[in-house]
Amino acid sequence: MKYTIKILRKEREQTGQYWQSFIYETDNSAATAASALSDLNDREHLSDADGKPARRIEWECSCLQKKCGACAMIIDGIPRLACDAVLADMGKTQITLEPLRKFPVVCDLIADRSILFENLRTMQLWLAENAVITDKMQELAYQSSECLQCGCCLEICPNFYAGGKFFGMAAVPVTTRLMSEMSPAAYRQIARQYAKHVFAGCGKSLACRNICPKKIDTENLLVNTNAKLWKLAVSCKMK
Amino acid sequence: MKTVNIIGAGLSGLSAAITLARSGVRCNLISAQPSERSQSVLAEGGINAALDTMGENDTVQEHFNDTMKGGCFLESESAVRNLTDHAPDIVTVLFQLGVPFRSENGRILLRNFGGQKKKRTAFAKSSTGKMIMTALIDEVRKYEAAGLVCRYPHHELADITIAGGRLQQIIVRDTFRNEFLSFTGSTIVCTGGMNGFFEGMTTGTTQNTGNAAALLFHAGVEFANLEFIQYHPTTVGISNKRMLISEAARGEGGRLYIMRNDQKWYFMEEKYPELKNLMPRDVVSREMFFVSRMPECSGEVYLDMTGLSGEVWEHKLSDLRKEIIAYMHTDPAEEPVPVSPGIHFFMGGIRVSDRHETNINGLFAAGECACKYHGANRLGGNSMLGAVYGGKAAAAAAMEQPSECEIRETAFRESISSPRIRSILRETLLGGLGIVRNAEELQTAIDELTGLCSQEISELDRMRINLGLAALQSAYARKESRGSHYRSDYPDKADAFRKLTVVKYENGAIQLRFVAADSEETI
Repeated sequence: MKYTIKILRKEREQTGQYWQSFIYETDNSAATAASALSDLNDREHLSDADGKPARRIEWECSCLQKKCGACAMIIDGIPRLACDAVLADMGKTQITLEPLRKFPVVCDLIADRSILFENLRTMQLWLAENAVITDKMQELAYQSSECLQCGCCLEICPNFYAGGKFFGMAAVPVTTRLMSEMSPAAYRQIARQYAKHVFAGCGKSLACRNICPKKIDTENLLVNTNAKLWKLAVSCKMK
Repeated sequence: MKTVNIIGAGLSGLSAAITLARSGVRCNLISAQPSERSQSVLAEGGINAALDTMGENDTVQEHFNDTMKGGCFLESESAVRNLTDHAPDIVTVLFQLGVPFRSENGRILLRNFGGQKKKRTAFAKSSTGKMIMTALIDEVRKYEAAGLVCRYPHHELADITIAGGRLQQIIVRDTFRNEFLSFTGSTIVCTGGMNGFFEGMTTGTTQNTGNAAALLFHAGVEFANLEFIQYHPTTVGISNKRMLISEAARGEGGRLYIMRNDQKWYFMEEKYPELKNLMPRDVVSREMFFVSRMPECSGEVYLDMTGLSGEVWEHKLSDLRKEIIAYMHTDPAEEPVPVSPGIHFFMGGIRVSDRHETNINGLFAAGECACKYHGANRLGGNSMLGAVYGGKAAAAAAMEQPSECEIRETAFRESISSPRIRSILRETLLGGLGIVRNAEELQTAIDELTGLCSQEISELDRMRINLGLAALQSAYARKESRGSHYRSDYPDKADAFRKLTVVKYENGAIQLRFVAADSEETI
């Protein structure tokens, strides 16, 4: 199969972006956007679709099997992992690749997602006491620990922007895990941060629901954590 | 303030960072990617500890015995003793940090794993590495906020300076800005295995390029046992890599077979009635290699998981099932899956003492990049244990030394490797360092790489080829078969080779010598 891979590129030192297309031929029906990028970069001399010499494409990848989140980008308009985007399943031969838009673009397909990690520090998301994992909470702790911090849920969210007070769905799995393993007295501080940086800003659009590459049940995490927040608020009022 | 540099933010790097921070020692945590993208998140089946929660009277002595036996007695007894003695505490602490190990009423459940007769492997379905990493990342965040852990994400090692047997500085490249920083002070290397020497043929990540190992070797850091490369028996080829099917699949009842005279032949069960499909990985991979070449056998080796119960699929392997369906379009609960061995782990690496010191003062190493606990073949479930314990031990040793860190912007001209040379290096190494090796193939590979070195190539490619050559020469010099190193021309184990193969790059040449496994000579 012959594909045209159209990539939105950017030089490190410059601000402007430009499109450049590459021809990619493969007989592998399981080839993904990640395989296309790897194979193009493995060519001794990379040329674009017009035959002009081209700089190697900069992009991030690590596990190549949906377990690390490094290769998140916008593929044909949808934020997803390049290693999960099977070209043959896309039903077309021209495929566009762009860097995530909600984060500063470093170069080509690399976006600086540092804000994800800064936000988790701002929320002081860590255990305040030894974890206690009850049988009932085990599955929830497992599901919430699966989050890749890839940023796809933030890319799709109508309320999130980098540097804003609302930290979006990416902060929820970490919060959920910690709250599922601590006593209400110990997670009070985390709950306060959650109320400020997630609950108050979430417009409940649930755009994040179907976008997670790990298929984490985001709605379940939100419902669970919101319920804990309300229980805590009610018990504080009663006191 | 005393500060230690850590290169690599996977499991061993985080373990070192937490150990330092808990003692009030600051660290610079330097990594090419955030911890969430490290290879440790791929670890699947579990982590070993003789917790004896399954009523089988397991003991740390048996964990020690199995590890020594699995590694074919090539590891240091004192180091393995430390590892296995500390294992129950390590797993208990991980549970307290919130790792959702499968448990009942607070009792951690354990599963069977290869090379061990008793249930000893704590697990979280088949995503144990991801679960452990998530908990440790959250723990490290606390110390980041306290100023004890200073992360340098998107930074990779570019150079190292050693003078008079002491580390002088490391230079790292900020891959976002393409700028260089130099760091002085004690440094712990946690850069993982040498997957990048076998691009596309391993279960690991693309981030473990092997460049750091090549730089360190070129600078005079000693390496050991580079010939011991673990081929995991059950992997499948997906685009640009091998995907692992966890040993847990066999631990929970999966069976290997091949068609022999049109009948399913469960060869592991027939040949090894005691541990059957759960023999150590080197044995299983080798058997698969041989049976698939028998004239009466046809087709591929299959892993049959169709007999596993619904309970196992739901609570213990649901993620593995999803993964196989996603990448192979086969439901393993319904159909057997074709599997073949793939490169999974490097037992060899930077030679370290029991305290994880290298031969260079001020330089330490831990995790898969270091050679310490796994001898000639690593047991499943011991890699994450080795990473956590190794990180702790390296940090404990590093913090004993005075270590002032000065960070400066610096100018540096970095060498890059070429795709063509990387490809030749990979093919040549695969030709020499397969599951079954012999002198002729090894010599051919050595000659090819020696010839490649005489071409006009980049400095980095030259360093990578040198380390590749060191691995081939180690395999050539080890004239015996032991664990993952099988020589068809020397098929038996020889007591004279119960030694580490130590290599060092000195005066422009590779020096090779054998050193007793328990010796701390020159370290």
